[in-house]
Amino acid sequence: MSAVASGGRPVDAASAAAWDVAARVADPEVPVLTIADLGVLRSVRSDGRRAEVVLTPTYSGCPAIEQMRDDVILELTAAGYERVDVSFTLSPAWTTDWMSEDGRAKLERYGIAPPNGSAPVRRGPIPVLLGVKCPRCASLHTREVSRYGSTSCKALYECLDCREPFDFFKVH
Amino acid sequence: MTVDALDLADELPGSGGVASPDVAEYAMRLGDDALILSQQLGWWISRAPELEEDLALGNIALDLLGHARALLRYAGTSSGRSEDDLAYGRDEPDFRCCWLVQQPNGHFGDTIARQLLVSAFQVELYDALSDSGDPGLRAIAGKAAREVAYHRDHAVQWTLRLAGGTEESRARIIRSLTDLWPYVDELFADDELCDRLGDAVPRPSSLRAGFDAVIDAVFAEAELERPQVSPAMARGRSGRHSAHLGYLLAEMQWLARRHPGATW
Repeated sequence: MSAVASGGRPVDAASAAAWDVAARVADPEVPVLTIADLGVLRSVRSDGRRAEVVLTPTYSGCPAIEQMRDDVILELTAAGYERVDVSFTLSPAWTTDWMSEDGRAKLERYGIAPPNGSAPVRRGPIPVLLGVKCPRCASLHTREVSRYGSTSCKALYECLDCREPFDFFKVH
Repeated sequence: MTVDALDLADELPGSGGVASPDVAEYAMRLGDDALILSQQLGWWISRAPELEEDLALGNIALDLLGHARALLRYAGTSSGRSEDDLAYGRDEPDFRCCWLVQQPNGHFGDTIARQLLVSAFQVELYDALSDSGDPGLRAIAGKAAREVAYHRDHAVQWTLRLAGGTEESRARIIRSLTDLWPYVDELFADDELCDRLGDAVPRPSSLRAGFDAVIDAVFAEAELERPQVSPAMARGRSGRHSAHLGYLLAEMQWLARRHPGATW
């Protein structure tokens, strides 16, 4: 299996079992999401004793990737795997398109607006911004307060109806 | 096996390849641009005009640091040096950054003008490099391309705001762009290294049209004129630097040189 997998649960039983263990690891900065929900977990290969895991970072400078790597090793070691190797791949570059539907729903329940699936128009010099739905009252009457938020992957928004601030997981 | 014994730096960026000496030199140019600009932007944290801007400039600096780490790590594979060796162990003449990123932070408008010009260049560069024949550069560029597009958006928004704000803000952003314009040509200068690399990297001169189109569109929107100033004799790619770089390196490298091998 190539290191640049399409991302997904393996078909053979031993690798799938290891995948299921690794898939329990949460994003330390958005604990409601697992690395599988995020699309950070790209591939797992195992013979039942050793496990080889491939992750991809969300953003180039994201500090969470180091914690995720350690957590994957701890989780698989605790599950009895004798040797765990984690490697990273940069290509294909991570995109929010890989976030699972389940992950999007969990994000919204957690109070973070999920990526709305349509990237801003990047070709032109003047970017187009699309409506973002408030995760609390579902209003589209919202305003971007800051393109950059508490982490690289989020922007800060404010709902103009319920007046609550909220994070938006940027389309990437 | 303990997690603490594992060294993440050995694993990233995951391209897995070893750079040729020429590719390493090229990666160092890009990595140094990102590293120096990141160091400059980090200064703004707690000093920007509003909290949101502390976050924005800090986040942009973090993205750039990520690019610098990946590029310098890849550059180091050719000579057996780590990203830290390259960032903290090299002296000024061994850096390969352009003069534009060395220009001082100045006031907020100066920083925004610098960011507009650098990120407009980086968007064109990383887009073109995403099709590179070199797998390491291709992987790093594919990731960086999306991030610098956000940086450019941010700088464009602020340029429009400042140019269309008060008379004072407009006069200042015009002055900032005029002061920085002499350093633009260096970004697009071809040299022997690019000749030798051939199809592995885009020729810098081929990126100019895309850059000009974006900058002209922004200037048109903001009702600004393109500055009419002569280019500076900027020679950063060959290690001849502006007077600003030495001070910046002194601050950036001080701790690592005072405590060699120290880790957090």
